Amino acid sequence: MTAGPPLRIRGLSVRYPSDHGQIEAVRDIDLDVAAGEFLGIVGESGSGKTQLLLSILGLSAPRAELCGSIRYREQELLDLGSAALNQVRGNRISMVFQDPMTALNPYLRVGRQITEVLRVHRDATARAAERRAIEMLESVHIPEGPRRMRQYPHELSGGMRQRVMIAMALIAEPEILLADEPSTALDVTVQAQILSLFQELRARTGTAIVLVTHDLGVIAEVADRVAVMYAGRIVEQAPVHGLFAHPRHPYTEALQQSIPRIDAPRPTHLASIGGAPPNPAALPAGCAFAPRCIYRLPICEAVTPPLIETTAGHWKACHHDGALGKLRGEAA
Amino acid sequence: MSGAQGFWGQALRRLRRQRMAMAAGLLLSLIMLACLLLPLLSPYDYFTPHFELLSRGPMLAGGHILGTDPLGRDLLVRVMWGCRISLAVGIAASLVSVLIGVTWGATAGYVGGPTDALMMRAVDILYSVPFVPFVIVLTVLFGRELWLIFLAIGAVSWLDIARIVRGETLSLKQREFIEAARVSGERGAAMIARHIVPNLIGIVIIYATLAIPTVILFEAFLSFLGLGVQSPLASLGSLVADGTSEMQSHPHLLIVPAAFLAAIIYCFNYLGDGLRDALDPRDR
Amino acid sequence: MNTGVPQAGGADPQRCDRTGSAAQALPPQPCALLAVRELSVTYRVAYRRGHALLRAVNGVSFELARGETLGLVGESGSGKSTIARALLRLVPAESGVASFHGTDLLKLSGARLQAMRRHLQLIFQDPLASLDPRMNIGDILGEPLRVFEPQLSGQQRLQRVLAMTRAVGLGAEQLHRFAHELSGGQAQRIGIARALIIEPELIVCDEPLSALDVSIKSQIGNLLKDLQRQLQLSLLFISHDLAAVRFSCDRVLVLYLGRVMEIAGCDTLFKACRHPYTRALIRAAPIPDPVAARARRSAPLEGEIPSPLFAPSGCVFRTRCPMAIDRCAREIPLLRQVADSQVACHRAEEVGD
Repeated sequence: MTAGPPLRIRGLSVRYPSDHGQIEAVRDIDLDVAAGEFLGIVGESGSGKTQLLLSILGLSAPRAELCGSIRYREQELLDLGSAALNQVRGNRISMVFQDPMTALNPYLRVGRQITEVLRVHRDATARAAERRAIEMLESVHIPEGPRRMRQYPHELSGGMRQRVMIAMALIAEPEILLADEPSTALDVTVQAQILSLFQELRARTGTAIVLVTHDLGVIAEVADRVAVMYAGRIVEQAPVHGLFAHPRHPYTEALQQSIPRIDAPRPTHLASIGGAPPNPAALPAGCAFAPRCIYRLPICEAVTPPLIETTAGHWKACHHDGALGKLRGEAA
Repeated sequence: MSGAQGFWGQALRRLRRQRMAMAAGLLLSLIMLACLLLPLLSPYDYFTPHFELLSRGPMLAGGHILGTDPLGRDLLVRVMWGCRISLAVGIAASLVSVLIGVTWGATAGYVGGPTDALMMRAVDILYSVPFVPFVIVLTVLFGRELWLIFLAIGAVSWLDIARIVRGETLSLKQREFIEAARVSGERGAAMIARHIVPNLIGIVIIYATLAIPTVILFEAFLSFLGLGVQSPLASLGSLVADGTSEMQSHPHLLIVPAAFLAAIIYCFNYLGDGLRDALDPRDR
Repeated sequence: MNTGVPQAGGADPQRCDRTGSAAQALPPQPCALLAVRELSVTYRVAYRRGHALLRAVNGVSFELARGETLGLVGESGSGKSTIARALLRLVPAESGVASFHGTDLLKLSGARLQAMRRHLQLIFQDPLASLDPRMNIGDILGEPLRVFEPQLSGQQRLQRVLAMTRAVGLGAEQLHRFAHELSGGQAQRIGIARALIIEPELIVCDEPLSALDVSIKSQIGNLLKDLQRQLQLSLLFISHDLAAVRFSCDRVLVLYLGRVMEIAGCDTLFKACRHPYTRALIRAAPIPDPVAARARRSAPLEGEIPSPLFAPSGCVFRTRCPMAIDRCAREIPLLRQVADSQVACHRAEEVGD
């Protein structure tokens, strides 16, 4: 019995119709999530990162078409009916969303929402579930657990609501936690707390975490491995240190160079990426980044570059061979 | 003021996808076309009695396609005239009420404070005026004129639109582009005219379209009570009233105008719903 | 991008009247364009069954020199956006003075307020929301001109609009489009163009980059910096993003719960800040470099921002401050000069890096 990565995604594509035509949110994604690892997925709006996460748990829009394969352990998640999928959701794989205010039911007390997870998945008694819920609140550093359990979501601050969501997501001890921009809506000091909490919980329980964000700084802080998404595809995948030290995709390099830093001398100008992210309803042929790429070759507009492994564990989807580095010269 | 073609273009596309609304629109257009053209094409008029053909049923061969009424007048022509009157009253009264209601509501909502309170209390007071006695009084004073019906209905139905427009204005005031316009120096009447009203048009169209059937029914109700248009002019309401008394013996005198009345009201309702889906900004 | 760029509004730099009552309180300073003293803004909010007074801005004072970019930094509840709106008279200020060209902005009304508006403009956080969805871009840009320069003919107005559109890096074809057809970056360029078209002296930028995609932030950040330099503008740059502030600003002011914590030059603040809150903010700010980020290894700040309805006594930051002492609960620390910063902290001398 080989212990492969618990989550294997192969050839996943998500398409859905909209006012503007057929939108290909996710295109041909291959991704593994290893046990206990912290995987960061970084991308801008339209990159498909949220759709990717939603499709794992069958939360895509009703009119979305999914093809490909999402294997969790021995099960093919795309083939599961909703009852079977419910067994997985919240239980083996759970999710934390960006806006805790809309993700929590405003009409139910916090305690009820947390214990619900256990009552559904573990068939626990109310008392046992409540005890466990208070333990979880402690582990996410919410003091006065019993009092908080009786409160409603609007009585808590943003940071606390997010912790409640994390408590709900982890209470059934899932193997994988998916987090969609969990700290984006929070203040920066609270964001630091939440990220630190993720690391602490992972160290304690060994849960793998897949964190989706647009913020490279967050990725640099917590991720073990990073996948960079652009226009529905993964354009680069590598261990975090390798990705930042030696980016192999022009988009990654450009993104990195264009972000202002607080620990470096001030440049007069930021290296910027020309153009704008592509419209998901009208994607160009070939490499979607080509119109904005400074290393563009003629082949880039015709042929979509495949994701290939360059050095160990470092994958890139780019026709350009050899090192990048044009931008690093410019940015002071 | 250059319109928002992008907005209307998109709205039109969305509207085209609402099949019921498009069907309703089509039927309504056909009815309007018919009521405009048929009386001109028909050899009969709506007021000349023909005592030899009293209350005949529908007969395709004899010329009176839908039959005649108790005074021998062609029913089809009378029903077409009835449609004309009902539609005219509905659309005209709605237009009047929109004009008054939008001005009143947008001003109250934008200015706010005690002015708003005063203006809306006026609306509340007018709401409490009993409508039918009011119309009766007017009729007694001025006689049963068509323009009076317009006025009476328009004077009352602006209240609803004023309330809705005031609510929309209050929420529009909070939007960032209004703040931006203030920073750019817009204020007062210019602000209302350039920024508030154009953003209200969607809502106003929806409610005006939905107000029309209400107005038509109002008028029908008045006619049913004998307060509406004066004979020999007929509205669908008065035709239904006349038909009711002949219901047992000559049902076609009731069924035909009632069918047209129902059709017009259904169509406006479906169209209004479709417009709401196409135009309502909340959709985005 | 240099053709057709209008020059900054023509006040003579030498004539810097500070004849208002604010003048007496000011220490000798080079000519300040805007001098804010003890600005307070209070909101009445519904609370339980009645009302409560929420002090969003509490006694904030600062100066902005001509041609300078001052950053206002803070998290939620800091009052930074409220300051912007109070200065632009979009919300009423409870007390304080905002001296601009010798007149108190906060006391203006009617025609004088209207006249002042052309010198002070605002760039919004959400560029798409700040554009009227029913107007085309050409009309949106023409509106300030229509209000403040009504003597211009339609043709002249069009020329100005075109020049401004090009100055922010867009083409004439955008003028016929509508807000929903623009991308976030394009919409923000229009927002900037609209703010600049009447040649104001002071522009308040309320989180101008926050709603933009990462790859667009740098474009617009560069644009703002370029325009500021070319036109000698004075910018009030409001943001929660420390890195953006570091890139864009000359001086920085740190706010917490409506009060000023620290004011310092940009380099000084980031290299040698003097307030525990500033230090915590800098340490919490993400760094896009795993080696640097993980080398920091400092515990994040505990606790949450208290509600402005229940601001702590004394120093408002004391409930989360790792250096809090008894004095902090009793005595509100006043803004004072320590080394190169102005700090509101009893223990500022001990905050060293």
